[in-house]
Amino acid sequence: MVNNTVFERIQKQITNFKLSKLIIYIVLSVWASTTILPLLWIFNNSFKASNEIINKPFAIAGKFNPVNYLNALTKVDMGRSYMNSFIMSGSVVVLVMLFGGMAAYAISRFEFRGRTIIQGALAIGLLIPGFVTVVPVYEILIKLHLVDTYFALIFPQTAGNLVFATLVLSAYMASLPKELEEAAILDGCNRWQIFSKIIVPMSKPAFATVGIFSFLWSYNDLFSSLVFVSSKKVRPICVLLNEVSSQYGTDYGLQATAVVLTVVPVLIVYLILQRQIVSGLTAGAVKG
Amino acid sequence: MFKIKGDKKAIFLFLFPAAFMMIVFLFYPLVRTFYKSMFYSLNNISPRFIGFGNYIKMFKDPAISKSIINTLIFMLASVFVQVGIGVLLAMLVDMIRAGQNFFKTVYLFPVVVSAAALGLMFNLFYGYDGGLLNSFLAIFGIGKVVWLTEKTSLLMVIIPTVWQYVGFYFVIILTAITKIPTTFYEAAHLEGANAYHRITKITLPLIFGDIKVSIMLAITGTLKVFDFVWIITQGGPFDSSQVLGTYMYDITFQRRLFGYGSSIAVLIVVLGFALTFFTNKFLKSEDITY
Repeated sequence: MVNNTVFERIQKQITNFKLSKLIIYIVLSVWASTTILPLLWIFNNSFKASNEIINKPFAIAGKFNPVNYLNALTKVDMGRSYMNSFIMSGSVVVLVMLFGGMAAYAISRFEFRGRTIIQGALAIGLLIPGFVTVVPVYEILIKLHLVDTYFALIFPQTAGNLVFATLVLSAYMASLPKELEEAAILDGCNRWQIFSKIIVPMSKPAFATVGIFSFLWSYNDLFSSLVFVSSKKVRPICVLLNEVSSQYGTDYGLQATAVVLTVVPVLIVYLILQRQIVSGLTAGAVKG
Repeated sequence: MFKIKGDKKAIFLFLFPAAFMMIVFLFYPLVRTFYKSMFYSLNNISPRFIGFGNYIKMFKDPAISKSIINTLIFMLASVFVQVGIGVLLAMLVDMIRAGQNFFKTVYLFPVVVSAAALGLMFNLFYGYDGGLLNSFLAIFGIGKVVWLTEKTSLLMVIIPTVWQYVGFYFVIILTAITKIPTTFYEAAHLEGANAYHRITKITLPLIFGDIKVSIMLAITGTLKVFDFVWIITQGGPFDSSQVLGTYMYDITFQRRLFGYGSSIAVLIVVLGFALTFFTNKFLKSEDITY
């Protein structure tokens, strides 16, 4: 009898099988392959010498050949750029969460004249691409002697990301119940204590979204980086990539390695925080 | 009991840091760009007031009209191809059970990676010797192709730009689809609706608002295009792939014409506001709520 049920089950599966499902999976897999295969190709080629890439571009790298990775670390000093990127992007994340959180608290919890003006300004701020402010910001940085220092990127990027951060955080905070705060006031908490002990912990998901996106946008921002921090001692990863492409355009192995090394940290962040990133994208669909 | 009005000192202290950063590094520069666009200034030294001179120059500059046309082509590709594929993929993923998370993870991945890194990757695809595309053709015995010519360069920078952000619109639309109450589909099923009816009569009308948001983002997003074009072609050959962002950068920081660069920046803002306004108007229709 057991055989019979198995047989029935298989028969049922066959009748349930639809051609349309198969087609759907094929279409979805085709698109998935456009995002996976190129990266595998790059990763594979990062272990090959340039002439190997040219002669046998699809061959699996037989042995671990670290030469490109050594070149990336010595010839173009990728380690330094890593450090620069993390210092600058890390500072941007901290400042954006702190300042954005404070401003969002004021906007979502207080009624005051000028609140609508601030909200209007934020809406306008979202529409301003970096090209528009770059020249005057460059002048300001020159006057402050900040060009080619870490601050040259930290300040403008913080300002740019604050727009998105304040909007997302204030929307989230406005949805929080007020009862806890009222209780805290009765217990004698001051504003700062309410903010740091009640509002911030309750707004964790929104802060996570803001933090992740500030990091990604800062780490990936080629335009501002090219203008404000291009000298060797402060240049971040994306500026280094631009240089690798223009100066070592024929060194395919080094280029592949540079791509791998840049993408890997983002890939790790992405895989760990994926759920948060997906909800953040839809929460903050305001910024393209 | 809970004093929410007044307390001006607290409001000021909480707002000050963010407001200060945004005013100094965002809003003041925005206004100043308009002012600077009225000057002729080479190397940003001793600028000379020329009124609307830069704007007159802009009208006569063939690279500007090329950049505008290219930006518009970018826009059409983003709206139809990018958002279109995003909607299609979202609907398909919604129809399956096994593997949903895998496809979500994989589709979104290019969105979070820097366009600079992906640009370098596409450089390796387009390479003449040993590039991925030519190597692939070689398998079928087809000779090498020069991929970045005056005729093809625009397409070659549009492809990666459109490809990168498909996952973004995919996620927005998929989220919208999953929010539709299942009772709608159940009711339709009872009344004998087939898949085609479900899509055209339920899904599409109910996600139309999110499609509009996506179109809006795709349109305004094209004005920010820079990285792929800069890394792959630098706007060339002969301005054939030039967009407003790359041309503005080239004029300002390579030819060092800061005044003229500022007027291109103003053009980008004006276009941005105009496009937002008109798409808003054009796409405005009754939203269906449930």
